[in-house]
Amino acid sequence: MRPDLTLDIKNLRLSFRSWSGSTEVLHGIDLSVAPGERVALVGESGSGKSVTSRIVLGTMQDVRHARVSGQVTFEGTDLAKLASVERRALRGREISMIFQDPSSALNPVFRIGDLFHEVLKRRHPKISKGEARQRAAAILQDVSIADAERVLSSYSFQLSGGMNQRVMIAMALINEPRLLLADEPGTALDVTVQAQTLSLMRDLVEQKRTSVLFISHNLGVVREFADRIYVIYRGNIVEHGPTAAIFDAPQHPYTQALLSAIPRLTGGGVPDIEERSLSFNDPMISHGTDI
Amino acid sequence: MSILNRFLGRLLSSMIVLIGVSMLIFFIARIIPGDPARIALGPRATEEQVTQMRETLNLNEPIIVQYGLFMRDLARGDLGISLYSNRPVITDLAEYLPATLELVLFAGVMMVAFGLPLGALSARYRGQWPDSLIRVITLLTVSAPAFVWAVGLVLVFAYFTPLFPITGRISDAMTIPHVTGFLLIDTLAAGRFDGFLSAIHHLILPAFALSLSGIGQAARLTRANMITTYEQPAIEMAQAYGFSEARIANRFAFKPSLIPSLTIIGLDFAALLGNAFLVEVIFAWPGLSRYGVGVILQKDLNAIVGTVLIISATFLIANIIVDFLVSILNPRIRLSENRS
Repeated sequence: MRPDLTLDIKNLRLSFRSWSGSTEVLHGIDLSVAPGERVALVGESGSGKSVTSRIVLGTMQDVRHARVSGQVTFEGTDLAKLASVERRALRGREISMIFQDPSSALNPVFRIGDLFHEVLKRRHPKISKGEARQRAAAILQDVSIADAERVLSSYSFQLSGGMNQRVMIAMALINEPRLLLADEPGTALDVTVQAQTLSLMRDLVEQKRTSVLFISHNLGVVREFADRIYVIYRGNIVEHGPTAAIFDAPQHPYTQALLSAIPRLTGGGVPDIEERSLSFNDPMISHGTDI
Repeated sequence: MSILNRFLGRLLSSMIVLIGVSMLIFFIARIIPGDPARIALGPRATEEQVTQMRETLNLNEPIIVQYGLFMRDLARGDLGISLYSNRPVITDLAEYLPATLELVLFAGVMMVAFGLPLGALSARYRGQWPDSLIRVITLLTVSAPAFVWAVGLVLVFAYFTPLFPITGRISDAMTIPHVTGFLLIDTLAAGRFDGFLSAIHHLILPAFALSLSGIGQAARLTRANMITTYEQPAIEMAQAYGFSEARIANRFAFKPSLIPSLTIIGLDFAALLGNAFLVEVIFAWPGLSRYGVGVILQKDLNAIVGTVLIISATFLIANIIVDFLVSILNPRIRLSENRS
């Protein structure tokens, strides 16, 4: 355990019990995020990246048929030693999250201003509506929303996807969390808007020195964003290292396959990649950058 | 289009519906076999008396002319004389409608007050024992009709354990001046708080019997809607922000789920008006439903048309109110109205 790390995961296992026995979906994951560091967890659908984020968030532990073992330490505190209520107290204050589809994640029957008020009340229970509005307007300006007042008076369905994404980034950061979980942020948006909002998000977390665990299936997207990358395949980390090392010298066959799946302007159409290969199960490759 | 315009539009279309209903019931009532004049006068009346009665009732005119005459009188607020009670139909309706409305409205309030929270509770504990318990109970309440519950409730809570009165609207010892016909209002207006309590005491059992299946339906519907809402990313987001389960259930999941529930509850209100009949019979409740069946058996043409019209109007008004509540709750509808 390293108390100086924002997030330290050791030998994390997750299995789901069912009537026919139990199925393990995470087979002992090690992962760490230093303060102010941006770390990406990349893998295909079903590889276990989203459940990892739900464990860090502390919601997976409350799922009845899930069994979590191993150690997840947030700022020196072992999450397993916390009661469900104490884990919940961390959420919305110290740990925050951004979702895939901003337009459906923002509750459609509440105005954006009221949602901000609710979220701010998580950290400042007595905050007034007026003060909440002022703070929300200020942070909306940080994500380049010029007419903050109009946005605060709107419902999510009145705003564009890109606008909602900025709102969600602002909402996730308004309580100055220590760790931001971003689960495929902007995957539901078109690529140019996704790129814009990601660069806004990068500037803001840099400025606030927020640690980020970025979850994505797209190596291309995380290249601009992450300091370090973990590649996950079927519940195992197969390769990890600094972003540059992963892109310049991918060693694991699965990482190589993932990289070649990124379409290139110069490339010849859809790349020909095997869906399954025994070599994908090769031992983990570390680029020797354990912090 | 402003809210007011929309309201006027709804009112106008409701009028058209009412006119259609009046035509339908006017003609149907006259097609039912049996001579109303003969039924009203009894078997010992002479043929001449019956012919004269037919003349006064305009029954010898072509049916179109009869309808025209009826509409002319209706425009003056006159629904004709009831053969059943020998009084103007309007007077009868004014006497019986408030009793039924009081019963149905009270039952409607019970439906919302018990049904929605039960559904919310069930959804919050979905898959756990409180959910199973609520689902079994609501299935029972939905599957038996109101009059079965009425008989059961009378047996248990009025006969075996006399907690509630068996019949009537208010204690016989009390005389309350008739103002609106709504006893809950009239007793308060007369400053008779004991009368108010007595009226509520008499109201609880029949209203509960009437609302039970509605409560069950509202609860099951709210549960289903809320569980659908719980699958939405918006609820996962609320969980990710650490809001308590109670707050998520009562605020973030309840409000979006209320919108479809409310629409169905509006329709259930119409069912309450229909179900009220047997409940009124069992509790000897002097209401419109009991009156309505009486006049149909008597082939009391004017009273049949009057009763059906007033029930349709009540139903239409209830639906307009529900529509407005839905548009207040659902910002998508509200805002699209303002824009267009």
